[in-house]
Amino acid sequence: MRIVIAKPGLDGHDRGAKVVARALRDGGHEVIYTGLRRTPEQIVRTVLDEDADLLGLSSLSGAHAFLFPRVCQLLIEADCQEVTVFGGGIIPMDERSELFDVGMRAIFGPGTKMEEMTDFVSEVENRIHSGDPVGVGEGGDWVWQNGA
Amino acid sequence: MEIGFGKTERDRLNEELLQKAMAGNRRALAKLLSAVEEGDVNAETLGLKNHLDDGTIIGVTGAPGVGKSCLIEKLLSHWSNQGLKVGVIAVDPSSPLSGGALLGDRIRMESADSNPNVFVRSFATRNQPGGLPVAVGLASNLMRNSGYDIVLIETVGAGQAEIRIVSFADRVVLIESPSRGDLIQAEKAGMMELADLIIVNKSDLEGAERAASEIQTALEISGKPPPVLLASAKNGEGIEEFASKLKSLPVKSGAEMARARERLLAAWDSALLSRDDISDIINGLIKEDSNAEDWVKENLRWSNG
Ligand SMILES: Nc1nc2c(ncn2[C@@H]2O[C@H](COP(=O)(O)OP(=O)(O)O)[C@@H](O)[C@H]2O)c(=O)[nH]1
Ligand SMILES: [Mg+2]
Repeated sequence: MRIVIAKPGLDGHDRGAKVVARALRDGGHEVIYTGLRRTPEQIVRTVLDEDADLLGLSSLSGAHAFLFPRVCQLLIEADCQEVTVFGGGIIPMDERSELFDVGMRAIFGPGTKMEEMTDFVSEVENRIHSGDPVGVGEGGDWVWQNGA
Repeated sequence: MEIGFGKTERDRLNEELLQKAMAGNRRALAKLLSAVEEGDVNAETLGLKNHLDDGTIIGVTGAPGVGKSCLIEKLLSHWSNQGLKVGVIAVDPSSPLSGGALLGDRIRMESADSNPNVFVRSFATRNQPGGLPVAVGLASNLMRNSGYDIVLIETVGAGQAEIRIVSFADRVVLIESPSRGDLIQAEKAGMMELADLIIVNKSDLEGAERAASEIQTALEISGKPPPVLLASAKNGEGIEEFASKLKSLPVKSGAEMARARERLLAAWDSALLSRDDISDIINGLIKEDSNAEDWVKENLRWSNG
């Protein structure tokens, strides 16, 4: 799969995003990392031009509450509704359902094993092959059950 | 599924995408580039015009870390300021173990996700020695047909497959840096033969001028040396000269010949490796099956003169 890993917002730590990028590469995927401090518009532009299947968003500083939904909305406007969006970082449990509501399919907390993330990507691939909705704008209520 | 005169559903979809891409739709171009990468685009069926060697497809090659991506960013802003649209194909190696790849050239190209006159696409080599060079050739042609005035192909100039990739460019620029002995590496890889221009990047660093004159001296032995220029992606020095030199480059017959040869070999590789029965042939050869050996003799007869 082609996966964009992006870091919206202003905080300057991208060690986590880089670890995820490398783990997905080692899982056999083609990973495009966008670098620090990207705006939602810039992230969507990268997903669009690179024709990515998935987009992983990383946030440590509360950027998720506003920026993740914004990215999802812009993706749909850019005709990228079939792109699967997932998130990672420090995102409180009680704020996750809002993110699922805007079309995100998984949220991974700080302690997530890399294996779980590659399992998630495989599951997305399977679902695409069998025609089940996984994209940010494709509806359906499937989300990844953490640790399941 | 066959429809009409040998056109498949896929071909019709590609035609539709091409129409949209030519009208400036980024999503359609991106989808078509994926199809090219998957080997799902037949240039002939698509009715794509052959690219005329007019110097607008430029290969940028050199060892990792010499500053290819940073220099490309400088060219992107230089040309887009002049109102030109520029496409980039950035090729990075796939891991031979996992098959995955980290495609990181965009990070160095700030225009990639903000300048509307720029389209950057990352390609992984996917360990397919036969198909990729031909695919990159087709992809650059597609970008040219979709309104991009210039296309840059970035690749690490090591290994036969990657040399073959840049051979699909009209002109090839070899990037060096002062801090390393890349010249020898490039020479070994056969890169010098293909280069029309050599840029010694990082001219802001100690030793750049000395490196440039060493390269010049080394090349003089070879007869028709390409021009050698100094530049710095860091402070912008030499970028304008670099860009204008690219425009005025004469076609060197030596480099021209070398490129034509690499393209021919790439087309041959690709045709051979994309045969449906290629694994049968290879298995046959392993088992010393006389049918497979006859096939090789029959089809490669002319190779022995
Ligand atoms: N000092 C100096 N550093 C540079 C220059 N151009 C690039 N670099 C640095 O060289 C490193 C590699 O650059 P990059 O463009 O990614 O190289 P590539 O692997 O050839 O594409 C980066 O850390 C850049 O900041 C330059 O002109 N001067
Ligand atoms: Mg690079």
